[in-house]
Amino acid sequence: MFRRWFKKKSSRTIAKDRLRVLLISDRVDCSPEMMEMMKNDIIKVISKYMEINEKEMDLHISQSVTIDKKGYSASICANVPIKTLRGKHAELSKTRAGQKPSCP
Amino acid sequence: MSEVIVITSGKGGVGKTTTTANLGAGLAQLGEKVVLIDTDIGLRNLDVVMGLENRIVYHLVDVIEENCRLKQALIRDKRYPNLFLLPSAQTRDKSAVTPEQMTRLIDKLRLDFDYILLDCPAGIEQGFQNAIAGADRAFIVTTPEVSAIRDADRIIGLLDTFGMRKYDLIINRVRMDMVRRGDMMSIDDVVDILSIDLIGVIPDDEHIVVSTNQGEPVVGNGTVAGQAFSNICGRILGQDIPFLDLVGKRSFFVRFTGLLKRS
Repeated sequence: MFRRWFKKKSSRTIAKDRLRVLLISDRVDCSPEMMEMMKNDIIKVISKYMEINEKEMDLHISQSVTIDKKGYSASICANVPIKTLRGKHAELSKTRAGQKPSCP
Repeated sequence: MSEVIVITSGKGGVGKTTTTANLGAGLAQLGEKVVLIDTDIGLRNLDVVMGLENRIVYHLVDVIEENCRLKQALIRDKRYPNLFLLPSAQTRDKSAVTPEQMTRLIDKLRLDFDYILLDCPAGIEQGFQNAIAGADRAFIVTTPEVSAIRDADRIIGLLDTFGMRKYDLIINRVRMDMVRRGDMMSIDDVVDILSIDLIGVIPDDEHIVVSTNQGEPVVGNGTVAGQAFSNICGRILGQDIPFLDLVGKRSFFVRFTGLLKRS
């Protein structure tokens, strides 16, 4: 009993979690190619201002609770690790760079 | 004022035809005048599920192409004087009918019937578009399985695109024993994922297989599934009927059989 609760997720929960993720990408209708293109464009934009770790960058569509907390909506979540800030912008965005990049 | 309901699902084999047949019989039992239209051209099945396969002379495409009068193609179900079937063509393909032709046919039927139920083919191609063209509301049938739910979600999206505003969910083949074990998504899980209104839950019931074998509806024969279908019919008529307490019923059954096994 305890083993089932703590070690193994029930197949019901697995199904529900998989569907949640799957339906979001179905609804948004976003192909992997499009995601890749979007990712490259984001890298281009951010690279103008700071040096980022492109290899560890992660972009995905996920589900988040809507503001009224009644339902779920899709959101794009980008996790962009920063290496160093570039020259003149460094001072300007010092505070922001101090924060760890995270998803909502 | 008649209402046209399309029964759809996206995925095949989830119980659209069985649901159509049983809702039709259930509504007829409640005194409504009902016609069922099988819109699955090339793969007709509603006739055999209802046990009317030997009485087909003309079919849907004959009516659309005016090879016969509409009344000639309607098969009256002898068990329920208010229930009619318009069978589909078996030897034609989906392109034989257009959505405009379907809408015109349905508008003609509206004059004579209280409820027009359309059995939609699986898939999202022309057959689906024909079926939903003339409908006022849709019932989306799904089972608590990932593939069926995914397709149902896709269908909901398409119904939105085609401007259908009124749709409800029917969850078929629910096995409460599996839900309790954590091996099947519960009714709440499915409703939560698809976030649309629920109009009925049909438990997995072997009586459905038996009655389909015999070409008879389960509705009104005292089975749990039959009761679930008649409840949906009541809800269609606007009655406020609570959902079946499947948990209570099953646990009693399980306890009972458990007792029998022990003794």
